Amino acid sequence: MTQAEIRGEAPGADYTFAYLDEQTKRMIRRALLKALAVPGYQVPFASREMPMPYGWGTGGVQVSAAVLTPEDTLKVIDQGADDTTNAVSIRKFFQKTAGIAVTEHTGEATVIQTRHRIPEAPLTEGQILVYQVPIPEPLRFLEPRETETRRMHALEEYGLMHVKLYEDIARHGEIATAYAYPVKIEGRYVMDPSPIPKFDNPKLRMAAIQLFGAGREQRIYALPPYTEVVSLDFEDHPFVPGKAEGACALCGSETSYLDEVIVDDRGGRMFVCSDTDYCAGRRAAGYRGEMAAEEGGA
Amino acid sequence: MRAGAFRAEAPVAPILSVRGLTKRYGGRVGCEDVGFDLYPGEVMGIVGESGSGKSTLLNCLAGHLRPDAGEVLFDLGKDGMRDTLALSEPERRRLARTDWAFVHQNPRDGLRMTVSAGGNVGERLMAVGARNYGAIRASALDWLGRVEIAADRIDDRPAAFSGGMQQRLQIARNLVTGPRLVFMDEPTGGLDVSVQARLLDLLRGLVRDMGLSAVIVTHDLAVVRLLAHRLMVMKGGRVVETGLTDQVLDDPQHGYTQLLVSSVLQV
Amino acid sequence: MAGGAAMGIWAKKKDQAMIELSGVAKSFTLYNQGGAAIPVMAGAALSVAPGECVALTGASGAGKSTLMRMIHGNYLAASGRIVVGGLDVAAAEPREILALRRHVLGYVSQFLRVVPRVPTLDVVAEPLLAVGVPVEAARDRAAALLARLNIPRPLWDLSPTTFSGGEQQRVNIARGFAHDYPALLLDEPTASLDPGNREVVLELIEAAKARGAAILGIFHDAGARARVCDREVDVSAFAVAP
Ligand SMILES: Nc1ncnc2c1ncn2[C@@H]1O[C@H](COP(=O)(O)OP(=O)(O)OP(=O)(O)O)[C@@H](O)[C@H]1O
Ligand SMILES: Nc1ncnc2c1ncn2[C@@H]1O[C@H](COP(=O)(O)OP(=O)(O)OP(=O)(O)O)[C@@H](O)[C@H]1O
Ligand SMILES: [Mg+2]
Ligand SMILES: [Mg+2]
Ligand SMILES: [Zn+2]
Repeated sequence: MTQAEIRGEAPGADYTFAYLDEQTKRMIRRALLKALAVPGYQVPFASREMPMPYGWGTGGVQVSAAVLTPEDTLKVIDQGADDTTNAVSIRKFFQKTAGIAVTEHTGEATVIQTRHRIPEAPLTEGQILVYQVPIPEPLRFLEPRETETRRMHALEEYGLMHVKLYEDIARHGEIATAYAYPVKIEGRYVMDPSPIPKFDNPKLRMAAIQLFGAGREQRIYALPPYTEVVSLDFEDHPFVPGKAEGACALCGSETSYLDEVIVDDRGGRMFVCSDTDYCAGRRAAGYRGEMAAEEGGA
Repeated sequence: MRAGAFRAEAPVAPILSVRGLTKRYGGRVGCEDVGFDLYPGEVMGIVGESGSGKSTLLNCLAGHLRPDAGEVLFDLGKDGMRDTLALSEPERRRLARTDWAFVHQNPRDGLRMTVSAGGNVGERLMAVGARNYGAIRASALDWLGRVEIAADRIDDRPAAFSGGMQQRLQIARNLVTGPRLVFMDEPTGGLDVSVQARLLDLLRGLVRDMGLSAVIVTHDLAVVRLLAHRLMVMKGGRVVETGLTDQVLDDPQHGYTQLLVSSVLQV
Repeated sequence: MAGGAAMGIWAKKKDQAMIELSGVAKSFTLYNQGGAAIPVMAGAALSVAPGECVALTGASGAGKSTLMRMIHGNYLAASGRIVVGGLDVAAAEPREILALRRHVLGYVSQFLRVVPRVPTLDVVAEPLLAVGVPVEAARDRAAALLARLNIPRPLWDLSPTTFSGGEQQRVNIARGFAHDYPALLLDEPTASLDPGNREVVLELIEAAKARGAAILGIFHDAGARARVCDREVDVSAFAVAP
């Protein structure tokens, strides 16, 4: 190990390890420990300026920076994909500032930073999933006053959350909330799972540690492994995860979350796995979807 | 047997018992040394000129303002009379959601303007644990009917309602959980006369059918004549006269009350 | 009907007073007109037994209506006792007076005080609903009284606000006789009525007496007074020299 590595600095860089100074990381870790101790509770933290705009996941980046060690292997996804601009630039950021290993394989990663998805492959104990969160407050929609929402959490006054679902059913005949579907944690705090599709909600109870970072709003919250997570609903309108009908055109998966892709300028479209690593893995194992078969046959 | 029939009916214990209630704003008096007992099913009107402390008193009673002195005892049923000022905040807020209701003068202060009429009425039910959409909606429909709002308006937002409809919606939203005590601050203020009359008629019916107790602040003597069983007249933060409503209005004992009664059109 | 049950309790022995006043004084202080106290009466005393009808007499301004209003609790007595059905109205709490008015003490005032928007049938049925009579039974009784007092059926569903003076007075009487009160105060019940309706009202009063009601009335109509009243009390006797 070089002296720089021992000091936690990236080799040959002007930055301390993972960009943030040690004091800031300690502050964030303290917030994370508190968040893990009180699952679903939003812990305030002093968000730092990051060399990227808000909305690019500055909350998630700060959380990742605070938990990464030189031995970690990082995976970054945006809407399930490893190859989007956002995912690529965050991955590069940590390669440069922390000099750590990176991967696109869910199974190989020790830390996964995500925006809007939970990977299809079940995560395991020892892994950490870091979410980028735009709006941490699930009650914000109906009660804009922060003082009031904090009090509502403190006193467990969550009737308002069901008002939102009621409004959905009244207007659309069903609970139309498809993203950021509110959940109740261990029968106590109501939490916004970040804008993941409700399809992912059942996966929120998992073996890995889940950390949520909201940069602009300066809030951190967390779910320890195997935390009980219940999606809010009504007896006569129970929660349904839902997903697009059909199978992945590339790998044929009928159980994964699908994205709709426009394939030509004549309006042709197909459905493919939103989780690119999962899809690639299936294809490598020999699974084929409709399109892939046609391509092969042509 | 002496006067058994109606005496037996009159309840023995008050639902609300107020003693020495005082609230100052810096050096200015909000209300001073106010005391009274309110019995189940009783509607008490509070009248007095602008600035006489009516809203201050009501807000102290409802727990929105913390008085400087005095006590507000509320009958909690099995727990007996408890000083609501000594309750913890969660306890007080739970009480405000279940046993109490507060109807604001301005419906905007008491409604969620971005939520449908049905959602507004259903909120208190959901807040106390209702989790069946069909049942919540049925209750909302029932209550909209009771306050004379057409069923097909259930999914409209209150912003699309007239002032009178908004006020009726606020009342429905407050009464849906069957509270025992209702506070109202100028419930008919800002409404035109014929709309006021309908609202009053509605309130009379609800008070009678639900056996509500209520404290109603108003400057409108016609309103108290129709709605209140008894009256409290305030001036400069103090109570100057109390009594049976028609007695206070028709045979006022205090000079200030006489002025108040004579300064409005005969009611 | 529910009044019947109450009657069991309220039908007292003939010699036992239902309404009993002693030492009642009243004066008005008009603070906005100098504040001097204007005495109206002092030492007023009377009693009315069940089944009895007593007339209040005296010149205009003698204090007949004032005395009646004090018995009803509408005016506050300066001193004295006003015992109705065992309750001293002069010292009672508002809720006690309201309970007394609901169950025991009926009052037909000179003018109908209307609640806006309430249909006539419900105005008349309300005293019955207030003592727990089921809606249907209350409406039936109200309808019977309105029919008897010759209020045209098409008017029953309208608010009496726009009725003629005589029609309003008959609605007022129907309301006052809906529940079988053990005690009744009648302020000029036959004024402004045609002979036919006057006859109906007198029959109602006679029926109330027959079932044991104690009635105190003001009648300017000497013929009516002679027919239904058992004795007279001249209020002038309680006058105070100014
Ligand atoms: N927040 C406050 N800060 C300072 N003074 C206040 C405050 N609220 C009320 N007051 C004063 O307390 C007194 C009583 O006010 P309150 O609002 O209770 O009167 P009110 O009887 O409800 O009058 P209105 O009929 O005009 O509504 C007034 O002198 C008022 O100026
Ligand atoms: N509310 C009041 N305020 C002041 N004075 C009153 C009030 N009511 C009655 N009085 C006065 O009391 C006196 C008695 O009046 P009251 O109406 O009782 O007379 P009355 O015997 O019923 O007369 P009438 O036969 O004309 O109806 C009168 O001097 C009257 O002016
Ligand atoms: Mg006010
Ligand atoms: Mg008179
Ligand atoms: Zn696929």
